[in-house]
Amino acid sequence: MLQVLYIFIPMLAAIFVPFIYKSIKNIHTGWFVLAVPATLAVIYATYIARVAKGEVFYDGIPWIPSLDISVVSYLDGLSLLFSLLITGIGSLVVLYSIFYLDKHKEKLHNFYVYLLLFMSAMLGVVQSDHLITLYFFWELTSISSFLLIGYWYTRDASRFGALKSMMITVFGGLMMLGGFILLYLMGGTYSIRELIAMAPNLVQHPLFIWALILLLFGAFTKSAQFPFYIWLPDAMEAPTPVSAYLHSATMVKAGIYLVARFTPIFAASELWIWLVTGVGLLTLFWGSFFAVKQTDLKSILAFSTVSQLGLIMSLLGAGAVAFHVNGAADSMFKYAAFAAIFHLINHATFKGSLFMIAGIIDHETGTRDIRRLGGLMSIMPLSFTVAAIGSFSMAGLPPFNGFLSKEMFLTAMLSLQNFEFFGFDTWGVLFPIVAWIASIFTFIYSFYFVCRTFTGKYKPELYAHKPHEAPIGMLISPMILASLVVIIFFIPNLIGDTFVKPAVQAIQPFLYNAPEDINIHVAAWHGEITPELVMTIGIVIIGVLLFVALPKWQGIYKLFPRALTFNNAYDKMMLALDVGLNRVSRLYMTGSMRHYLLYMFSGITAISIGTLFVKDAFSLSFEGTAPIRSYELILIVVLMIGTAITIFAKSRLTAIIGLGSVGYTVALFFVIFNAPDLALTQLVIETISVALFLLAFYHLPKLGKREERMRFQLNRAIISIAVGVMVTLIALSAHSQKLVPTISKYYEETVYSKAGGGNIVNVILVDYRGFDTLFEITVLGIAGMAILAMIKLRMNRKEKPHENK
Amino acid sequence: MKTNDVIIQFTAKIVFFIIFFFSIHIFLAGHYTPGGGFVGGLLTSSAIVLLVLAFDLNTVRNVLPINYTYLTATGLLLAFATAAFPMFLGKPFFTHFFDYFELPLLGKQSLHTAMLFDSGVYLVVVGVTMTIIQTIGEDE
Repeated sequence: MLQVLYIFIPMLAAIFVPFIYKSIKNIHTGWFVLAVPATLAVIYATYIARVAKGEVFYDGIPWIPSLDISVVSYLDGLSLLFSLLITGIGSLVVLYSIFYLDKHKEKLHNFYVYLLLFMSAMLGVVQSDHLITLYFFWELTSISSFLLIGYWYTRDASRFGALKSMMITVFGGLMMLGGFILLYLMGGTYSIRELIAMAPNLVQHPLFIWALILLLFGAFTKSAQFPFYIWLPDAMEAPTPVSAYLHSATMVKAGIYLVARFTPIFAASELWIWLVTGVGLLTLFWGSFFAVKQTDLKSILAFSTVSQLGLIMSLLGAGAVAFHVNGAADSMFKYAAFAAIFHLINHATFKGSLFMIAGIIDHETGTRDIRRLGGLMSIMPLSFTVAAIGSFSMAGLPPFNGFLSKEMFLTAMLSLQNFEFFGFDTWGVLFPIVAWIASIFTFIYSFYFVCRTFTGKYKPELYAHKPHEAPIGMLISPMILASLVVIIFFIPNLIGDTFVKPAVQAIQPFLYNAPEDINIHVAAWHGEITPELVMTIGIVIIGVLLFVALPKWQGIYKLFPRALTFNNAYDKMMLALDVGLNRVSRLYMTGSMRHYLLYMFSGITAISIGTLFVKDAFSLSFEGTAPIRSYELILIVVLMIGTAITIFAKSRLTAIIGLGSVGYTVALFFVIFNAPDLALTQLVIETISVALFLLAFYHLPKLGKREERMRFQLNRAIISIAVGVMVTLIALSAHSQKLVPTISKYYEETVYSKAGGGNIVNVILVDYRGFDTLFEITVLGIAGMAILAMIKLRMNRKEKPHENK
Repeated sequence: MKTNDVIIQFTAKIVFFIIFFFSIHIFLAGHYTPGGGFVGGLLTSSAIVLLVLAFDLNTVRNVLPINYTYLTATGLLLAFATAAFPMFLGKPFFTHFFDYFELPLLGKQSLHTAMLFDSGVYLVVVGVTMTIIQTIGEDE
């Protein structure tokens, strides 16, 4: 029970944030918020030892039992690792944000509510064992990410970036939902664990391949894979703590998580291996190549994140290869999944610290433009140290954790050329080559980031105000992460045994039964010159050469025409949608009430008469009808005269009176036919609407000359006659046949015994068909508000005509 | 030119109360005899409209300083709360309860949760009708 509730703790805490913000002004709200992820991190840390032994924890509460939907928290190695990242990095980010966001100028209550909402959503994504709840939390991360990117909502770029990320990730999320539903259709269960258990049967299913493709749409959009990565650079408009948290350490890794979680199901598929590995490598190359083009510090980091996510993705694809190899647990194919998780941890540490440094530079110098920065090493020595550690780790240099995982990455890519199926024996050689080239560019942008900012000439005239070192509070979080970068290098196997192996076991249950079965030992030096080491040395040498020569070849980026970029395609598509749909709506939304009435009446008539014909429902029988009495004839004549007056009247006043007489006559009909309730209501409604007309009388336009001489319009005549015919036909047919016994008997019998009333009409309204009434009064309320809003809006415009200028 | 409408104003003052109390009667009696929240609400509105016609909007607003949008919201809230309340007792949405009680002065009467729902309907109808009439009448 408790374990599920942990997911919702941040969400519940978010309720209190605005009140704390309003009532306690002296203390930064972040200090209170900090307690939430910190506590959760401690709670999840207590699971580590037991999960490392291979235990799993399962806890669930029903949500919508009738649809078999429940909220489930399932903690195994993979979800625990992610939960720890979410809460751990979350704590550091909140701590950092306390110093980054000014408590007087910023809307902290909004910020922390969104952030806590995101935290809950993310915990839900990684712990849900239920597909539908997983999807629910998945979209919640998209929404909270949208809110956080648009946090500075007065900026155009923020709103644009927020919308873009939302469009792309929600598109992918919907695709993923389709994949989930297909999985449910195939397996008959929403539980991921049960689906994994029946994986061999699922592979045979014809829908399998579609589920795979749809699911990957979700993963690729969320994890910013090629070609969907375009939202991530624009998401950098978010405050830097958000970029560090959502757009590098956690949310963008949800796609990685999804692929990892579903590897046991889809690993059997050739398409899965090709797509995940291929797209991952392409993204790795593409991101690293274009990172060098960027001039904004955060953009460089955004592209580098794209590329690193591609790296992890390709490793997961390579991890699925092990499924097809006999004895993979002891072969060279065992490294890929391990490397993926290991690099995921490392990436969170070094990229988190780099983002925070980028934020510090922005905060302290007022710019993130790499062309204006330079020579900050002596001014910001601590920031420089952290940035250097992070960048060197990203570049894959010892003694930093990035070196270890980069080596393993190369091992895994090299192993792919030995894989004999699915055409890998011919194409497999491409993988290490692309990986190697991408690694060179990774090296270049890492140095580009740190050297352009901190070395070179210090040009004070380019800064808005004098740069200085950040306050120590702001530096704590990046320094903790940077020290982790170094520590992990020296104790990789401790990390490997506690965090990586349990997660790998969850990804590759087909290889291992328990985490300790995994026979992988991480070492910086393997005692001999390995191909990986040679490749790394090559990366360093060529990387340094290319970096030094960067000014000479950076011009090639200008060769790429803007018209061919994905960003351009996205912009064009959005514009076309906007303009196109607007044009379509304008075709029929003319703004003329008469046109709308024409649509409605012709629609109703067509549907009703069509149904009468199709169902052959027309019948005519005068059985059991009462004779027509003389005063009924009189009423009918009065009714017709009233109608004629309403239509042909030369003045509005006459028309209103004519209309009123029609209404009262109808009320009299109700009286004759013993329907006092209806008569009463009709009478009062008539009175009020006549009064309303009189009130509005002054404001109605004069009946113009044009309308005085009514032109005969054939189409309108046809429609009005058709409406009359339809109503008559339906009334006659309804009276002439009784397909089902009338329900009034039931009402008569139960009105006193079950509903405790005497007046059936009213008991129908409030009890039998209470739902109808409930929604009718809701609609009534909405209509009232709409009228109020429309009229008040017009009045305000009149008062302030200059407002729209 | 100022019209002399003493007679209609005087009559309206008296008739207002007659219609108003009749509307309350019709609203309360609705469960057993013709009437109910909808008609009751309309009748109450018509009583107020009568005042509006005899005097003018501003006078009526001074006499009855009611914010009709709030009235609408209160009614909706009451209706939804009555409908949702049984869920807290583990019963389906919209379950109604009733029983018969001996009340002082009134004798044996039935008390009904449908009545609460109907009060919601009554308030919404009065609120919306008067909102519409007020805004349209005010609009110059």
